[in-house]
Amino acid sequence: MFDLNRGPYSIYKKIALHLVLIIISFIVLMPIIFGISVSMQPRAQIFSYPPSFLPDRLYFDNYIKAWNLVSLDKILVNSILASSVVMLGKLGLGVLSGYAFSHFEFKYKKFLFFAVLFTLMLPMQVRVVPLFEFISRLGLGNSFSGLVLPFLASATTTFLMRQHFLTIPKSIMESAQIDGCGPFRFLFQILLPLSGANLAGLAVVNFLVMWNAYLWPLIIINDDQKKLAQQGVKMLFASSSERDWGIIMAGTIMVVIPTLIVFLLAQKFFVKGIATQGIKE
Amino acid sequence: MQKLNYRSHSLVPYLLLSPTFIVLLLFLYWPSINSVFLSLFKQAPFGRKRIFVGIQNYINLFQDPAYLNSLLRSTLFIIFTITIGLVFSLLLAVILNQNLKGIKFYRVIFFIPYAISPTVAGSLWVFLLNPVAGQVNYLLDLAFNIQVNWLTNSFFAFLAIIIATVWKNMGFNIIFFLAGLQAIPDSVYESAKIDGAGAITIFKDITIPLLSPTTFYLIIMNIIFSVFESFGIVDIMTQGGPADSTNIVIYKLYREMFINFRPGIAAAQSVILLALVIIVTIFHFKYGANNVHYQ
Repeated sequence: MFDLNRGPYSIYKKIALHLVLIIISFIVLMPIIFGISVSMQPRAQIFSYPPSFLPDRLYFDNYIKAWNLVSLDKILVNSILASSVVMLGKLGLGVLSGYAFSHFEFKYKKFLFFAVLFTLMLPMQVRVVPLFEFISRLGLGNSFSGLVLPFLASATTTFLMRQHFLTIPKSIMESAQIDGCGPFRFLFQILLPLSGANLAGLAVVNFLVMWNAYLWPLIIINDDQKKLAQQGVKMLFASSSERDWGIIMAGTIMVVIPTLIVFLLAQKFFVKGIATQGIKE
Repeated sequence: MQKLNYRSHSLVPYLLLSPTFIVLLLFLYWPSINSVFLSLFKQAPFGRKRIFVGIQNYINLFQDPAYLNSLLRSTLFIIFTITIGLVFSLLLAVILNQNLKGIKFYRVIFFIPYAISPTVAGSLWVFLLNPVAGQVNYLLDLAFNIQVNWLTNSFFAFLAIIIATVWKNMGFNIIFFLAGLQAIPDSVYESAKIDGAGAITIFKDITIPLLSPTTFYLIIMNIIFSVFESFGIVDIMTQGGPADSTNIVIYKLYREMFINFRPGIAAAQSVILLALVIIVTIFHFKYGANNVHYQ
């Protein structure tokens, strides 16, 4: 296991390594695998002893019950909307501000850049109390605007767009300027088309950040019809006092499926996004 | 070099920055400053009336055994999640660093828990650990003949949120350890081997020291994650109980504001957390920033 020369290996060593990796993968995925398994078991099977590791047959009643119990149709749509709006907002504002920092010289540039980065030290959790009062006083409590507004700009997105724009060769801008290309045309016709992979990576990360957000939605939204996916998980626990695990797990799995789809489709961007930023909100 | 910038358009950069700064000022800076302001007042539940009390809220907090207990619990929580989390992540990163066909597939699997929300992670673990139908207790019973009341016993509930947090954050740590491992040139290992060093010696005396910038960075990041991101895990798994054993600072703050309705005390707790984040960040920039290289 601690062989640090990293191959090439004999065939036996390869098989052994694969076995170790398969076992560990199973352990890592165990909570998800057992969650799926229980979600497809009827109540009687779940509470029989010893617990079953696999369902006897395909059984989807728990999914239908969970879906209706917390009106998952509405909740999932709310979450998709909120995550998309936040993602677009962060990308839009991040592109504009990143461009300002990468291609312009202006007064107080250093100070303003520092002011953007400083917000990394102001996580939602330390400003939630006054933010809640502020949003309520604006009359935006329990509303979609109140939910998404505080998330629309992010230091990470601005910073990463700036870093990316700085890597685009100066000669391109030089020739664009000579051809009389204005700053906005330069951004939209030259910089953005060169930024596809970066935008995609940031889109995935920002979508998931909002999809997984819990504290702020929990506080600001109290109308069941307006709640988001993560609150749905809490509602599953609250509305089944006898802990009907089949229903709770079915609901949990439905909330996590979009996360898994987005992650698996875009895992390359996701991992790259995390590894290059190393900053999570 | 500077000549190449769009200098003549003097208003354009401010125009580009204004939407971002409107959001940052209104929803990030203003509430943070307001936290400090609110923490100096006492406010009756649902009351509009505020009484200036100076630093009395802070004095009360540091004399309150429940808050001191919460600070102690949070410190222990941070120490345990980081130690256990980083040890496991490093071992897994070493295994995932092998030059094996199909290794990328395993890497993706190991990152999955990191994409999952704290709430879902909490929900999955509550089920796994429940004594009636959960598989963990069944396996413990089978192997060691013991039954554990995971979420109703103070010690085990504390352990349960640590397990869930470690599981959820492992992917993040592995990504960075992998990047760190890949940055170590093979020639370093080769010369160590020629000198007759064994695998464990190499790991202990070469890999771990060379990874120390990564480890330092991860410790800083994990302090912030463990404090802030575990809110969802605690809310689903234990709600701070039993007997306040999992009532870590962020959960206590939430309850103070939204269940006990004491904004002054809650704001004081926010300011203490804010101070913690700033201290950790300054520490990071002072001692770590220049040594950490990734990507």
